[in-house]
Amino acid sequence: MKNLSIQERMSEVFRDVLDNDAIILTRETTADDIEEWDSLSHITIIVAIEKEFNVKFNLSDIKPLRNIGEFEDLIVLKTGIKG
Amino acid sequence: MTNYFTYPLNTTGLLRKKRALRRDLLSNRKDLDDKRIAILGGSTTAEVRDMLELFLLHAGIRPVFYESEYNRYFEDVMFPESGLKDFRPEIIHIHTTNLNIRRFPALNESCEAIEELLADEMNRFSGLWERIEQDYGCPVIQNNFELPHYRLMGNLDAYDRHGRTTFISMLNHRFAEEARKRKNLYLNDINYLSAWFGLERWHDRLFWHSYKYAMNYEAIPLLADSIASIIRSIYGKAKKCLVLDLDNTLWGGVIGDDGLQGIRIGKETPEAEAYTEFQRYVRELKERGVLLAVCSKNDEANAREGFTHPDSILSADDFAAFIANWDPKHENILRIAETLNIGIDSLVFVDDNPVEREIVRAQLAEVTVPELGSDIVKYIDILDKTGLFETVSLSADDLQRNMFYVANTERAKQQEQFASYDDFLRSLDMVAEIAPFSTLYLDRIAQLTNKTNQFNLTTRRYTLAEMAAMSCDQNRITLYGRLRDRFGDNGIVSVMAGIIKETELHIELWLMSCRVLKRGMEAAMLDSLVERAKTRNLSGIVGYYYPTAKNGMVKDLYAEMGFRQLTDTIDIGTAWYLDISENCSKKNTFITVTP
Repeated sequence: MKNLSIQERMSEVFRDVLDNDAIILTRETTADDIEEWDSLSHITIIVAIEKEFNVKFNLSDIKPLRNIGEFEDLIVLKTGIKG
Repeated sequence: MTNYFTYPLNTTGLLRKKRALRRDLLSNRKDLDDKRIAILGGSTTAEVRDMLELFLLHAGIRPVFYESEYNRYFEDVMFPESGLKDFRPEIIHIHTTNLNIRRFPALNESCEAIEELLADEMNRFSGLWERIEQDYGCPVIQNNFELPHYRLMGNLDAYDRHGRTTFISMLNHRFAEEARKRKNLYLNDINYLSAWFGLERWHDRLFWHSYKYAMNYEAIPLLADSIASIIRSIYGKAKKCLVLDLDNTLWGGVIGDDGLQGIRIGKETPEAEAYTEFQRYVRELKERGVLLAVCSKNDEANAREGFTHPDSILSADDFAAFIANWDPKHENILRIAETLNIGIDSLVFVDDNPVEREIVRAQLAEVTVPELGSDIVKYIDILDKTGLFETVSLSADDLQRNMFYVANTERAKQQEQFASYDDFLRSLDMVAEIAPFSTLYLDRIAQLTNKTNQFNLTTRRYTLAEMAAMSCDQNRITLYGRLRDRFGDNGIVSVMAGIIKETELHIELWLMSCRVLKRGMEAAMLDSLVERAKTRNLSGIVGYYYPTAKNGMVKDLYAEMGFRQLTDTIDIGTAWYLDISENCSKKNTFITVTP
């Protein structure tokens, strides 16, 4: 686990939550690129990411995310882990 | 897979892997029961639905869901043009929380005004329940209320009439009163659940403001587990028997090595106290109607000696089955199921030894084996929070059940002394009370109908309300049978029901508790049914047998009772005919029937 990058760990969460092993995230990936990523599964993803990285997002964190790159930056900011 | 569904729940895993878990559960289990379940929410319910589906699939129930639009629980019930009517729910869950309380008392309101407010709130809910009873007659699983997120008056909130804490407590109290009165109302106790989970975490304001979830996302698996426990219990899928290891499970130490003086039980050490507390919990389960059995690798004499310890709460007599030997435990567990005449899937096996747990899991997939760990202070939580023995009502039979089985053991001893089995049956002085369903016994009749799997010709399940309706139906003949003998009262042990079509009675229900197998009770029941059919001028009885995984023991019953098999095929199973117009001889010889 330790050797995986943040993006790889995020990909793993997305694969589990959306039950799709083919998912590979890039910084440019958005909800439009992944069919199963709808508003309901988004909530499950947020919670699973919190657990995966042991962080808690606050109200202002969650709103403005536009793509995986911004999501990753947020995790780096919250955890101090290097991407 | 099992460890996702026993306490402590792996909530993170359940939420993150729910889609894969669902796929696995659907492909692993065959004989699933389909149920139509409506979730009527006062807040977002999507995750409640997903989690409830997992827990129900795990229990052998495949739900089809109806979900109200966001916060339309009231409208869906009250205005029949909603889709709820077409859905024809078999169970309705009303998922409301304190966020759905319309108004709390204002600080300047009078006592009378507050009382009125309380009555208004109650009327809104009781109106819902009343309407559901009228339109659907199905069970309602209603959340009570969790304590408030904040306390405007601090501690005073809990006792001043204007306090929200007080108001919620009073509502919960009235909900409980209603649930005691209404047969079809079951409370999902989120007041306890939220306290157990931790109110600070439960009230997740970010999830409320962002997604309109009324509780912490991670509390939802817990909530779903709780609802599923109630549903399991309504459909008679709760567990019946706790099978216990002895050494380091019911006392500390190894009786064979340490001797009676060496085992830890009593008040001498913290460890001994913890074992005493666990024994007390087990005995309380027994008093509530759960059967107990011992399954221990020990010499039997040593095993029994353990219970003679002066501080032992349990005694050897508390166990309906007691097996101590050196055979593999899964073989002994099968023997226990056989002795008690109950299905393997109604057993829960408790052992501190992870190897034994693993073997039993591998050999007997149907037996529930909680991940007990090896820390005695956690045993109670693990068993209690898994909700295995959830019950929706306590019938008089529950409180006496262990006595029935102990009496059975005595009967078995007697049997050995008789030359023939017939002699033995005659010696029992059996007296049966066989009569139409009566309101007094309806609880037990419904309970027996919904949990009997083996001696059950049709395996139809009915809610209490449906059975009440059957008992009043002029077109039906219904019977319950209660059997007493010189060792005691077996309680209500058999149920029959049939519907009249022209000149024939078609059997809808014929079932019997396995604790009175081979006593001739089935013959006495059939005789009574024939008699009643004759007084209604019917000419024949049509019986049906629908095979399931568990009712193989009755596949030849109709033939044995003199029915002839009908050649016209039915979808599944077999159909049989008994002509009662001519001389139809009585089948019962050993039981005196009253009234």
